[in-house]
Amino acid sequence: MSKFLKFTAISLCLCSPAFADGFGLGRPALPDEIAAWDIDVRPDGQGLPEGRGDVWTGEEVFAEKCAICHGDFGEAVGRWPVLAGGQDTLTDERPVKTIGSYWPYLSTVYDYVNRAMPFGDARSLEADEVYAITAYLLFVNDVVEDEDFELSHENFLDVALPNAANFFMDDRETTEYAAFRGDVCMENCKDTVEITKRAAVLDVTPEETKARQLREAVAAVKNTAPKADAEVVAAAEVAAEPVAKTADPEMIAAGEKVFSRQCKSCHQVGAGAKNRSGPILTSVVGRAAGEVEKFRYSKPLVAAAEGGLVWTEGELVLFLSNPKKYLKGTRMSFRGLKDEADARAVIAYLRSVAEE
Amino acid sequence: MSSSNGNPTRRNVLRGALAAGGAVMTAGAARAAGDPAITEIQTWNQALGDGVDARPYGTPSEFEAHVKRRNVEWLTADPVSSVNFTPLHELDGIITPNGLCFERHHAGIAEVDPAKHRLMINGLVDTPLVFTMQDILRFPRENRVYFLECAANSGMEWRGSQLNGCQFTHGMIHNVMYTGVPLRLLLEEAGVKTSGKWVMPEGADASAMTRSIPMEKALDDCLVAFKMNGEALRPEQGYPLRLVVPGWEGNMWVKWLRRLEVGDQPWHHREETSKYTDLLADGQARRFTWEMDAKSVITNPSPQAPILHGAGHTVLSGLAWSGRGTIPRVDVTLDGGNSWHAARMSGPSFEKSLHRFYYEFDWDGSPLLLQSRAHDSTGYVQPTKDQLREVRGVNSIYHNNGIQTWHVSESGVAENVEIS
Repeated sequence: MSKFLKFTAISLCLCSPAFADGFGLGRPALPDEIAAWDIDVRPDGQGLPEGRGDVWTGEEVFAEKCAICHGDFGEAVGRWPVLAGGQDTLTDERPVKTIGSYWPYLSTVYDYVNRAMPFGDARSLEADEVYAITAYLLFVNDVVEDEDFELSHENFLDVALPNAANFFMDDRETTEYAAFRGDVCMENCKDTVEITKRAAVLDVTPEETKARQLREAVAAVKNTAPKADAEVVAAAEVAAEPVAKTADPEMIAAGEKVFSRQCKSCHQVGAGAKNRSGPILTSVVGRAAGEVEKFRYSKPLVAAAEGGLVWTEGELVLFLSNPKKYLKGTRMSFRGLKDEADARAVIAYLRSVAEE
Repeated sequence: MSSSNGNPTRRNVLRGALAAGGAVMTAGAARAAGDPAITEIQTWNQALGDGVDARPYGTPSEFEAHVKRRNVEWLTADPVSSVNFTPLHELDGIITPNGLCFERHHAGIAEVDPAKHRLMINGLVDTPLVFTMQDILRFPRENRVYFLECAANSGMEWRGSQLNGCQFTHGMIHNVMYTGVPLRLLLEEAGVKTSGKWVMPEGADASAMTRSIPMEKALDDCLVAFKMNGEALRPEQGYPLRLVVPGWEGNMWVKWLRRLEVGDQPWHHREETSKYTDLLADGQARRFTWEMDAKSVITNPSPQAPILHGAGHTVLSGLAWSGRGTIPRVDVTLDGGNSWHAARMSGPSFEKSLHRFYYEFDWDGSPLLLQSRAHDSTGYVQPTKDQLREVRGVNSIYHNNGIQTWHVSESGVAENVEIS
């Protein structure tokens, strides 16, 4: 009997309540470690760091780091998110949901910009820059009208977004569930049945559609034209720079790896490439700067192109090592490739794509 | 076609072939009547195949190359922050193979080195903790099958039929057996303070995804998973750690999970304010619509999987699921909802998991209007799309669980339609 009791006691110890003290796994997080990761900001201001930034500064930072996707005034380029405008459209047929028209809390703007923007270079902004961008976004959304407005950790909670009151807790339980249950009809449920809508009318289904084939055919034609020119230029350049003469498959593979990690979020290459945050880079090596059609280059780059800049391997290596230093004011928000070998590998890869 | 003693001889085979009009065979071989798949010697009947080390990690047959995830290019600005879709019409049973589970990334696939991956718990806890992957593997584990559905699944269909294929209309879903540690055990290890009412998971990718999860759910059935269908999570599914939030919208299942913060109120971050809130017709918006309502779809036939065999015995198949329990019943109609039939459920029935149903019928070759209607274990019945529109309007994007209709023509071609 006593043995039995003992056994029961041991079994109980193995159940979860016995682990109230835990498993003794993990180790205490250090204050600096928590500070490094705990960047979240709440509507009540918890998590806001000290800092400040005004609308004017915000406009500059935004133009440099955000406008390439979101447009100069938050109006958006292509299908990138619209950040401004849309006030009073929430009941329209096509609502425009922006920070000004839809978002309930300003803290969300700060938090999101700080944690995830600029796209492809997250966590690169200083607190003052994030405050400045946030101030600028308030300005383009007409939430603040003073061009000299400065946002800081001190006045952050004084700003309210206009749509905050229009959110409410999920109410499906009371508004839907009572109706969406109970007995259902199984026989003779309808007198007539008509087709009211058809997907074939719109034909937006991807793949193997005629539209897609057409697009790809067009892209293929476009890609062949500049290739011929680039080969001529590239050949001339290779003569001048014997370093880059042989295409080393290993180097190309290494370059492709660097490209896919560091460049691909903004630049496309090869057949079907499109301009994204950055221009198409197919055949860029050896080509005159600023030549990709329909890409909106920064003013300094346009000026450099007018000055006759050609993207030779040498120029590209310099540019890629520190884009901002090489070309002050470039829109390319990229810190640079520290290792020259990486830059040369990427160039070898870009060349290989152009030759395909 | 065999000789009188029962052994086919070359001469007899040849004679038989000639008598039947002569099926032409490959050079040097005899001719035979009948199906060349049988009468001809195929390469694989004769030649040796790859040895054991040729495919150290196996991949599907080359004849299955069309079975793949697909995206809808016009949906998003950039494939790095985009979604693709599970080919539901090519699958059967209830488990989604790992390589076909749809992907949704906000900053591309993070390639995380597990040796450098840490999970931190901080905020309103007695002891903020840091775990390595090795630490996580020392907690008791559980195995559970759950569906993960993106809240925006079928979101393109609010205004009417748009995409021709259940891959595109319903493919933002997958169903996987997870192995993981109950989130409760990790939180208990740190000791949640009584003021701790919310948990915020955060991802290690460049979007640093965050959501607010009420403590009640966190302590109930959430898992911190490291395996899917028995093997390590795929990078695109959050390798080496992802949060599993059973029955709730996929966005909350934070991938590349690196941090859990405990707080006394929700964070109202981007993915629970700007996104994943349901704008109604009056301009007001629902927030925190976490649960996925019961839903079903017929996967075969469907626009990408037409009926190719003509009239006669036909197998109709589909999937049903609910974020609140199991699916004991699915009804199927062939005539646009005039008469309904009980579908046959097949396969295991787990809570908050996909369920497979079948309905076999003798197709007379006339046009069909196919629908399925799921009933879940709480008594909820899948509504029509019009019923949903009546309550929500057409701008809510998320949580469209309305009944799907496929029109099948005399030739077996299926189209996404809506009916009166």
